[in-house]
Amino acid sequence: MSEQRAPGAPTGASWWAAILAVLWKDLLLESRTREIVTPIVVFSLLVIVIFSFVLDPNPRLIESVAPGALWVAFTFAGILGLNRAFALEKERGGMEGLLLSPVGRDLLYFGKMLGAFLFMLVVEIIMLPAFSAVFNLPLVEPGLWLVIVLATFGFATVGTAFAAMAVNTRAREILLPVLFFPVAAPVIIAAAEATRAVYAGDSFADYSNWVGLIAAFDVIFAVVAAATFEFIVNE
Amino acid sequence: MTLRMSLLGLSAALMLTALAMVFFYAPTDIVLGVSQRIFYVHVPLALVGFLAFAVVAVCSIGYLWKGSERMDNVAYAAAEIGVLFTSLMLITGMLWAKPAWGVWWSWSPQLTTSLILWFLYAAYLMLRAYAPPGETAARYAAVLGIIGFIDVPIVYMAARWWRDLHPNKVLGPLAEESALEPPMQLTFLVSILAFTALFAWLMTERTELRRQEIQVERMRYIYGEA
Repeated sequence: MSEQRAPGAPTGASWWAAILAVLWKDLLLESRTREIVTPIVVFSLLVIVIFSFVLDPNPRLIESVAPGALWVAFTFAGILGLNRAFALEKERGGMEGLLLSPVGRDLLYFGKMLGAFLFMLVVEIIMLPAFSAVFNLPLVEPGLWLVIVLATFGFATVGTAFAAMAVNTRAREILLPVLFFPVAAPVIIAAAEATRAVYAGDSFADYSNWVGLIAAFDVIFAVVAAATFEFIVNE
Repeated sequence: MTLRMSLLGLSAALMLTALAMVFFYAPTDIVLGVSQRIFYVHVPLALVGFLAFAVVAVCSIGYLWKGSERMDNVAYAAAEIGVLFTSLMLITGMLWAKPAWGVWWSWSPQLTTSLILWFLYAAYLMLRAYAPPGETAARYAAVLGIIGFIDVPIVYMAARWWRDLHPNKVLGPLAEESALEPPMQLTFLVSILAFTALFAWLMTERTELRRQEIQVERMRYIYGEA
């Protein structure tokens, strides 16, 4: 991988500079176009509203199905965000520009992945209060926040790799979730179970194994996806 | 040619032997009755299916490392046959679950993991079908082949804990091989060999076919569509 970095360029601190440059590009683009966060927030709120329509309002029932509803909304929102992450690069030829820049493919991956992670997180930060209000569930739950941050990071690790593939395929909008959901299944199971434990009032120790599972997933797939990213984006 | 023919002969002979042993040699299970005989098809399918996905992972790493097209052809063939075997495993499992447990499906760790595995490699085949043909599809598929295989133990962990937290969803114990009589063990062993030989034969056929497909595509490209 090292031969891909420009001569005399990045080591140590400048790795961060390269990652942050890619991340900053995506944030700046989003702040000017508002093509990712705004529509996805509206979509996610609609998902919550639809869940309220179809579910029985019985409070005991809500407590058992709310974690599922929350994570269905989050994963659907995440898929939409990931679809957009590389769509803009594809439509406007941004990918060629990124590939021409003297940045290692692994650093490129971390830049794009952190961008996807932040966009998903922003959407979730807006959604969670709305969700808690509609279903009358507690909002100030640091344990739940930790689960959300870790699970979202896990979604971003594999999601970024798959989005970079799916954007170059036919039927890309449908292929991304088909690739993403089976691999992300353990995170979805773990996040929903941990959320259920939080809403049931369990202590952190009761669901720490789920948190550990998500954290392990995050670390493993951040490394694997970064190591294999050069095989995805190289032309 | 000779290797393929001898593998075909071997798997046919073993398969007939296994079938005969399943129906005429192995004793009927006391608890599960005659339905237990599907075990000799179901479990070898599961084992060989998993072996196929291990082959996909190893060849994917080999392909990304060395860039050899042959590795990719083997990975593709193994994924296709793995999905076929896993599909049959899920179907035979459901057929067995109905008489044994009274339900078609339960979310036990093995079932959950098998189903996710099936989805993973179905997605692998879709990715290959929809990606730009040639080297790009091979690279994408290799990355998914590696990510998917690493994911399997994590899925299994999640499925196991998930089940443990819902003990009332578990239906009946599965009569595993620990309870097997010696004739049953022998039948089981022959069955595994038969399905492994079948897998090896299908692999050689499919890999060769894939190689020819690529050659045809190249000729089409060079001489134009005619």
